[in-house]
Parts: sequence; structure tokens; C-alpha cells
Amino acid sequence: MSNNEDKHHVIPYRTLLLVLSALLTFTFISIAVTNYELGPFTVLAALLLASFKTILVLAYFMHLKFDVKMFGILISAVFILIGAVIFITFLDYLYR
Amino acid sequence: MTTDNTARAEPSFFEYKKHKGILAWILSTDHKRIGLLYLYSIMTFFIVGAILGLLMKLELIAPGKTIMEAKTYNGVFTLHGIIMIFLIVIPGLPAVFGNFMLPILIGAKDVAFPRLNLLSWYIYIFGAIVVLMSQFMSGGPPDTGWTFYAPYSFKTTTNMLPAVLGAFILGFSSILTGLNFIVTIHRMRAPGMTWLKMPLFPWALYGTAWIQLLATPIIGITLLMTVGERLFNIGFFDPALGGDPILYQHLFWIYSHPAVYVMILPAMGVISEILPTFAQKTIFGYKAIIFSTIAIAFVGYFVWGHHMFTSGMSGTALYVFSILTFLVAIPSGIKVFNWVSTIYKGSINLKTPFYWAVSFIFVFMIGGLTGLVLGALATNVHVHDTHFVVAHFHFIVFGGVGFAFMGAIHYWFPKMYGRMYDETWANMGWLIFFIGFLTLYLPMFYLGIAGMPRRYFDYLPQFHGGNIISSFGAIIMITGLLIIITNLVRSARMGPISTERNPWNGKTLEWTVESPPSLENFEEIPVIEKGPYEYE
Amino acid sequence: MDEHRDDIGSRFGMWLFIFTELLLFAGLFIVYSVYRYLNWQAFHLAAEELNTFIGALNTVLLLASSATIAMSITALQKKNKTLALALLGFTILVGLVFLVNKYFEWNLKIEHGLYPGSERLLEYGKGEVLFFGLYFFMTGLHALHIIVGVAFIGVVFFRIKNDRITHDNFVHLENAGLYWHLVDIIWIFLFPLFYLIT
Repeated sequence: MSNNEDKHHVIPYRTLLLVLSALLTFTFISIAVTNYELGPFTVLAALLLASFKTILVLAYFMHLKFDVKMFGILISAVFILIGAVIFITFLDYLYR
Repeated sequence: MTTDNTARAEPSFFEYKKHKGILAWILSTDHKRIGLLYLYSIMTFFIVGAILGLLMKLELIAPGKTIMEAKTYNGVFTLHGIIMIFLIVIPGLPAVFGNFMLPILIGAKDVAFPRLNLLSWYIYIFGAIVVLMSQFMSGGPPDTGWTFYAPYSFKTTTNMLPAVLGAFILGFSSILTGLNFIVTIHRMRAPGMTWLKMPLFPWALYGTAWIQLLATPIIGITLLMTVGERLFNIGFFDPALGGDPILYQHLFWIYSHPAVYVMILPAMGVISEILPTFAQKTIFGYKAIIFSTIAIAFVGYFVWGHHMFTSGMSGTALYVFSILTFLVAIPSGIKVFNWVSTIYKGSINLKTPFYWAVSFIFVFMIGGLTGLVLGALATNVHVHDTHFVVAHFHFIVFGGVGFAFMGAIHYWFPKMYGRMYDETWANMGWLIFFIGFLTLYLPMFYLGIAGMPRRYFDYLPQFHGGNIISSFGAIIMITGLLIIITNLVRSARMGPISTERNPWNGKTLEWTVESPPSLENFEEIPVIEKGPYEYE
Repeated sequence: MDEHRDDIGSRFGMWLFIFTELLLFAGLFIVYSVYRYLNWQAFHLAAEELNTFIGALNTVLLLASSATIAMSITALQKKNKTLALALLGFTILVGLVFLVNKYFEWNLKIEHGLYPGSERLLEYGKGEVLFFGLYFFMTGLHALHIIVGVAFIGVVFFRIKNDRITHDNFVHLENAGLYWHLVDIIWIFLFPLFYLIT
């Protein structure tokens, strides 16, 4: 049985290094942002930046952009699921 | 099927032995052998669990102390719960019949990761040993119930650690089985078997596998946190340190409610396989059943809070969870309608698996409808933590899974062993079991509504009548169970040889292969052109 | 039984395993978010006890190691075995440095009496108890994943060396990479949640 129809995409070093520098930039931005008083938006800003970084890692380092489409759809579904579970849990804590 | 049955092209998988004796089993990565390994281990644990259940019923046959002390009773119901839930009904159908039948049903030679599959069994056994160690270490058996509710689970002096760690390990086994099945179903279906030509048992296993994969880690981490609480006094769930015990209940049920669907979905899948074969009729509403399977798996993930209606959750959460719970009833109802319509005007072949399947529908209806009583806020408050709940979930978990399991084993027995069981004894076992089951659990509904709480070794005198009937039912049911198991064990060893490929005139792929199947199941991988249940 | 190879299936399996790991940590993130919501002031104060510099350094290290393991796949695809091995070696090294940093960081906290069940921590409020409980539990579990990841990459390293993993059969390297990136992603969330929200 040889259903190994896998196609391999070679990601150039340059792309990976560019992604790395973007990730580092986001990290420094998220540290720099803590110097400003953003009030309730502090958490939001930190989580947004973390999400950007995650998307970069998923798309390039983890090859999702070039891999079978289904993996990307599934991982998004998993993140949505986690969000939904947190949301429902908070229906308890927000209104207790 | 008119093929010559006496001459086999390939020897059966029982003949194929790389190693000798027991090593042929515990070192084999053949999905069929692993399925049988699970079958034997689960049956062993089931007998232990059933005896524990019987002991409880004997204790409850009269008020006051009958055969055991209160503390022993607490230990017994905890162990009964842990064994039945974590060791039997959660792995049950997927690990036994999923392993044995899934690759054959989708036209594959094995699962995607055979070695991982064997590893899952080892993890299962290891977890079982760790769980059972809790009974024999100093400190005494755990007495929290199978739910390990905080804060008692880290305050009690009994052996919680092995029980909790064991459940954690068993979770891994379940996750790996689910992972294996998802990849198998995605990657190894026979050519031409599109998603909508796949039989319904694999569909049910697919839905189940996703829940196993996505829900089990939550209980894993919860149990780890409980371990942390006991070892390091962290305070996650300890109100004295700022923790919130209700959060433990949230996390526990985020897994353990979907786990109910891990149990019941494969059972529904089995029923959807049995009914068309014994009604000799195409299944009614194939797509609707698939849709309801996925819908149950999906919605079932978000209804955990209905176990916590009296815990002190916020009102908003109560309403939302109650509404979501009612939503689950819709796809479950769709399935029941489809099954009944499948039998309607069918040419019914009254055989043992069919009896199990229709009695499944009966007990599942009672379990499901009483579930709505519990899902409604007002009635829940009245019957919460009473025997009503005990009766409800035994109708679903034991009635549902147990009956489907028995149906499955009587359905696939000739395929698995190439021998036939004694049908008279099998039918008699079913009848006695069924009567015993109803006598055992129906009175509990009444007792619960009358106010008898669960998890006490004693009760008020006015509950005596119901308890006598119930305990009597337990004895009848165990009698039935003994008949069934004896008949099956005996037939597996010396029943009449039945190498006919298709004894029930089924339409799915397992009936096209030899009985018992050869090592690689198929002489050549079939090409699928029709849907799975096409009776003309 | 004939050996059949299915790289997509193999990667699919790894992805599914990654989902379970994400859900495992999701349980902890639920606990974190609930307790943060209930004790936000205490969480702010407690977060100031953590050393942002070490946290940031570890973030940089992990990101860099993630990039190098991704590059090692490219190197192997281009049949440059030496470079692939060097990049993997670097990844392992950085993983170990991360653990050393973590060790010193934990040690410092424990010397200050800030560990679960300590008397000093009990003198603080309940929010601090939960914050440090979560800090040790989550970073501890993460460190455990680093150890597993390093071991996994170590195995892959030797398999490449012995030509068991080659330029046309490298799904195990890909899977090791996926696992390492998962560890990275979890840290990407842990870092701001514990060190930055002050």
C-alpha cells in the first residue's frame, strides 16, 4: 500500500529568519507596552500580541500554510473550542 | 454469499503466531488480537464491578447495617464507580469492537498506528493496576465517589493518589485510541468509500474519538492539579487558600459529561449496525443519523453544568446549561425515530442481537426521558443526588452501553471466533437479564422522587419496600449475566464451528471476509461502490 | 505485514496529539483566567515579583530554537545533513539553557520563601497564593514538556546521524519540530500572562 502522496514544500531559510525577527519584534513590543498604563486593555494587548505570534509560528514554523488544509481548519476549531469553554465557564463567574 | 466456506485462502488470525503462548497476545499488534485483549480485560473488571454492585444492593436490602459498615460502603461505591466508568464503559465499545471491527468495516488491514494501539492497551492495564493499588495500600480505599470532588478529595486520609493518578493514566490510553481511530478513518478507508458511504459504527467511533481527544486532557490536568493539591498544598480548589471548589466541578464535568457521549455514541453506532441486518432493510435516515452523531458530540461538549445545578453556580449559567442540555435531546430523539423507522415494515429476523438492540431502544428511551427531568432546573433541585439520578444514569450508562455491548458481542461473535453460541441460552440470558435490569433500577426512580439520597449505606424505614424489590432485581440480573457469560465463554471454546462468512445476511464489509478473519482481513482491498446498507 | 508509509497520516497523528496538549494547558488557562478575574489586584502585585528579564530571555531563546529546528528541516530537504545536525544540536542546547534559567529562577523564588505551602506565601493574600501556585504548576508542566521535547529531538538527532531519517523520509523530524513549536506556543502565552501583566 503506498498512499504516500505527500508533497513537500521547502521553506527558504530567509523566510524562517524573517519570521523569527517578526516574532522577536512582537516580543519586544509586548514588553515595551507594559510601560504604558492601558488599564483594562493591558490583558487584551498582551493576548493579541501573543495571538499574532502564535499565528506566525503555526503558519510558518509548523508549515500549516503549506500543509494539508484540514490541519489548519482543525487547529482553528480547537482554539475556538477553548474560547467557547472559557466563555461558558465565565457565564458562571461573571454573574455569580 | 455462496463462496466455498470450507477452504480458506489464508489461515485465520488465531493461527498466525509470531510468538508462543501468551506472548502471541501481548506482543501482537494485530488490531483483532488487541480488541480481544481488551475484551478479556474488560470482562474481568466487569465481573469485579458487578460483584461490588451486588454487594451494595445486598447492603441496601434492609435499613441499618446489613453486611458492611458505612465506611466500607463508601469504599465499595467509589471502587464500583471507578471500575465501571474508567475501566469499562469509557474504553468498552471503542477499544473492543472499535479495534476489532473498525479496520474491517472501512476495508483496511489494520489501524493507522498498530504499535501505538498495543501501547494503549498496556497503558490501560498499567492504569488499572495503579487504580486498584489504592485498595490495598495502608490508608484505606478511597471514599470520595468516582468524581473525586474537591475539597474532600485532598482532605481525606484515604489513598486518593493512586486512584487519581490511575484515572489520569487511563485517560492517556483513551486519548491514544481516539487519535488512532481518527487517523485510521481519515487515511485508510477503502477506495471508493467516501464519507457518506461509511457504515454508521465507524461514524459513531469517529465522533467518539474526537471527544476522547478533546475532552480527556481536561480531566487529565484536573486530576494532576488534585495530585498537586494533595502533595504540595497549592490551594487551587481549597477555599481556605482562596481556591474555588466549584471550579473543580466545572473542570471535572467539562470532561466527564462529554465522557457520557464517549460511552453512548459507539453504543448508538452498534445499534445502527444491528437493526438494518435483522430487519433486512436499509437503515432509515442514514444522513440524519450521521448528523445527529456529530451534533451530539458537539453540543455534548457544552452541557457539563447540568451536573452542578445545586452547586451554587450563577443563575445565568444555570439557564444556559439547562437550555443546552435540552438541545442534546433533539439529535438523540432523531436517532430513536430512525431506528424505529428502520424496523418498520422490515422483514424481522428474531435473533439474540435483535433482542438486545430493541431492548436497548427501550431502556435508552427511559434513560433519556428521565434525563430531561434532570436537565430541567426545577425538577433537578428536587431529585438532585437522590436515587433518581442513580437510576437515570444506570439506564443510560449500563442500559445503553451494556445492552449495546451485549448486542455487539452476540452480533459479531460468529465473525470473531468462527463459532456459534447456543441461541436458546443466549435468548434466555437476555430475557432474565432484561427483567432483572428493570426490577433493579425502576424502583430507584420511585425511591429518588420519594427522597432517598444516594451514597448512603442506610435509609429510612419507609424506603424499605422499594429497596427489597431493587435488591431482588439485582440478584435476577446477575443470574442472567452469569448465563450469558457462561454461554459465550463456553461457545468461544467449543461452540459449533461456523465459518460461514455471512450468517445474518449483513451488508457491511465485515460479512464479506472469512470467519474468523485472516491476519490482513481482506484477500484484496475491496472497492466500494454502494452505500453500506443497501438491501434491495 | 508489509510496511506502509503514510507521512500525512503520521503528521496528522502528531497534530491530534498537539490538540490534546493544547487542551491540557487549556484546563490550566481556564483556572488562571477565573482566578485572575476573581483576584486581579493580587495578580498584578504578584506578577511584579517575577523577573521580566529572565522571562524575556527565555522567550527569545525558545523563539530562536523554534526557528533553528524549522531551518533544520529545510537543511535536510536540501540534503545538507551536517547543517541539519548542527541546527538540531543548537535547538537542544538552547532547550537545556532554558531549563537552567528556569532552575535559577525557581530557586530564587524558593529562597525568598515563595513556593506553594510556604509560610511567607500564606502571609500574603489568597490571590498571591493562587498566582504562585499557578506559576509553579504551569511553568513546571511546561518545563516537563521542554524535557520531553529535548529528548524527542535527541532521538531524532541520532536517527539523522545514522541515516535512518533522510531527505526523502523525514516525517519524524517534522513531528519533533511540531512538538517543539507547541512548547514554544504555550510559552508565548505563559510569558505575558505571568511576567508582563503588571
